[in-house]
Amino acid sequence: MSFFRRLAPALLAATILTGSFSTARADEQFFPLQSYRVGPYAAGGTGFFGGFIDYLTLINDRDGGVNGVKLTWAEGETEYEVEKGVEVYQRLKSTPGIAAWNPLSVGIAYAMIDGVTEDRVPLLTVNHGRTDTTDGRVFPYVFPLLLNPYSESSGIVNYIASKEGGAEGLKGKKIVVLYHGSPYGKETIPIYELLAEKFGFELVQIEVPHPGSEQQAQWLQIRRERPDYVVLRGWGVMNPVALTTAQRNGFPVDRIIGNVWSNSEEDALPAGDAAIGYTAITTQASGQEYPVLKEIISGVYDQGKGNLADKNRIGSVYHNLGIVNGILNVEAIRIAQAKFGNRTLTGDEVRWGFEHLQLSPERVKELGAEGLFHSINVTWDNHEGEGYVTFQQWDGKKWNVVSDWIAPDWALLRPIIEASSEAYAREKGIAIRTAADVDTVIGPN
Amino acid sequence: MSAALETPAARPFMAAQGAAVLVILAIACLLVPAYASAWTIEAILLPFLAFSLAGLGLNLLTGYAGQVSLGSAAFMAVGAYAAYNFQLRLDLPLPLTFLFAALTAAAVGVIFGLPSLRLKGFYLAVSTLAAQFFIQWLFNKFGWFSNYSPSGVISAPVLGFAGITFDTRESRYLLALSVVVVITFLVHRFVNGPARINLIAVRDNETAARVIGVPVLRTKLTAFALSSAIIGIAGVLWSFTYLRTIEPEGFNLDRSFQILFIAIIGGLATVRGAFLGAGLIVVFPLLLSRGSAWILDGGLDAGTVQLTQRIILGATIIIFLILEPNGLSAILDRITARTRSLFAKITRGRA
Repeated sequence: MSFFRRLAPALLAATILTGSFSTARADEQFFPLQSYRVGPYAAGGTGFFGGFIDYLTLINDRDGGVNGVKLTWAEGETEYEVEKGVEVYQRLKSTPGIAAWNPLSVGIAYAMIDGVTEDRVPLLTVNHGRTDTTDGRVFPYVFPLLLNPYSESSGIVNYIASKEGGAEGLKGKKIVVLYHGSPYGKETIPIYELLAEKFGFELVQIEVPHPGSEQQAQWLQIRRERPDYVVLRGWGVMNPVALTTAQRNGFPVDRIIGNVWSNSEEDALPAGDAAIGYTAITTQASGQEYPVLKEIISGVYDQGKGNLADKNRIGSVYHNLGIVNGILNVEAIRIAQAKFGNRTLTGDEVRWGFEHLQLSPERVKELGAEGLFHSINVTWDNHEGEGYVTFQQWDGKKWNVVSDWIAPDWALLRPIIEASSEAYAREKGIAIRTAADVDTVIGPN
Repeated sequence: MSAALETPAARPFMAAQGAAVLVILAIACLLVPAYASAWTIEAILLPFLAFSLAGLGLNLLTGYAGQVSLGSAAFMAVGAYAAYNFQLRLDLPLPLTFLFAALTAAAVGVIFGLPSLRLKGFYLAVSTLAAQFFIQWLFNKFGWFSNYSPSGVISAPVLGFAGITFDTRESRYLLALSVVVVITFLVHRFVNGPARINLIAVRDNETAARVIGVPVLRTKLTAFALSSAIIGIAGVLWSFTYLRTIEPEGFNLDRSFQILFIAIIGGLATVRGAFLGAGLIVVFPLLLSRGSAWILDGGLDAGTVQLTQRIILGATIIIFLILEPNGLSAILDRITARTRSLFAKITRGRA
């Protein structure tokens, strides 16, 4: 009982102090982190937020922050649940000096779109998110950086084309898309239909009901269809089960191409031998050989400041995605500082930074990330930034890159994205931005 | 109990109880919108209101009529999706949207309540699970319900009626509050009216109820319809005033269990139990999380903190249920009884 008695005043104080508990001083930039370290998707959450925090730590310790502005952060656990993510958003949004939100959850991002637009703070959904937020004319504060779901699909089809000797080689081929029965899984149904029509391949899309731990029926159907390739749009337990069931049904694993949420060590390792030869798309290579990874190991982990509990996960797919996400956030701040000054920026100023986030391959090399990711070219109306993809193959222990950097077919996708975002703008009564609005920036006070 | 109410000291006490409700309402209507922080309204009060209403709806079915249901989240989803589609396709005024959403949920509730005519207890609970899985699958499978949104996640439109738009935080809160107050009042009248005897007769002994002429069939289906209608409206509040986004995954089995716990821990067959239960299940974890964040302040891994909170919450629930199996409402009853006897002593002393 004495525990409760001790807890009671603390609870009371917490209730009264509903304001901020972590304040950014004049020279700090704050990252509110809606992380998930428990629950079914903890592998993704710990890796991604671990990498993100590791990179922020590196920038603080090695460079003293971004041009002297220290980076700070606070975590709130969401368990990947929308309402918990919204609570964390409400709790942390009054903290001064917020740079950007990075929820790593489509559901939470959807629930925050209105809020961040009102707050004028960027919301980043790296490698995922709502596809039509790519259109910066309608969504000024939302950035599905590097790769939205449509570009991912196009990148996968382009890769298959390259294996079949060019776009002509796709004609008459048969591709099965095995997708997770959830909003995330279904997002690409129309785009695969469009791609099948354009390239002339035969398409069969098969749903795996959530969570996907039983797929015998789907793979029997795949066996009947005799496809040339199977695209795996999985999530969590569905991925290793797909690989083992494919093996049992005699489908060759090197003909299975995983999407960006089926591409981690945690997806391949549980499948054991069945995963050897499995190929998956990624925007960031895995491994520890990149200079920035080496600096994180020597400057962060060797100092005992690393965020990952298991050091073997350094350089894993999710960890490296977190590091790339850190690079993108930090560079957006740096670009915005060059215009507005080396001080704590407002959310709107950071938005300007993201809308000018152009990192050439040369700049990526300077940042120690050559080979880790290719480049990014965000503009005010293209919030994805033309990220390149690469393909990696599992050898039983680790991923090995097996392709060049491949460009998705952005020109083909753009009209569909614009149709969707314009419909959203009509529904919500949003005025479509023009290039002139970009430089209207809300500064401090 | 009724004998105690006849004592002369009881009447002023009852008045005091009524006055307490009015004071709480006055604070909720006047002081909260003016002084509460954004976080208090958005993260505590709005989900609290939606969950209280859902708990109240389930309590009508489980507490009063004795029919166990594990499909509450599904009925919330029906309400939310119905409201969305009525707004989108018919552009109905707000009160009608609420009404039609409630009617749709009631109709679905009656359909899934039909097995209750043959099934009881655990068997009925399992058959209501069918509602849970079927409805979630339905909204996932057919794009029409989410207006063919590619990912199936809908962002809720702004609510408006008679020139007022409920887009600010305070207005959404006041809308939710008014809906909850009106429905709570109606439920209070209903369960203290003539229907109470039928409901409780069906709950306590169905055969005996049938023998003495209680219309068992009608009573059960009425309970299912009313309960689903109220839970449906709770779903509308949850998705339109609180989250402002709707996705099928948000109405999963966990949510159904949460609502069942609210009803049980708050106190079955009581109106205020739903509010007390929602306080414990929805608000307490948030305060705990704020409290631990404040005490530990980054000292521990965020995941460890979260798991610790779950242990504390679980332990608290067990302690409460052991101390008072009839729920928080019974604890409140005991406190008021103590106060009442104290009150009686004082008045007697003065006389």
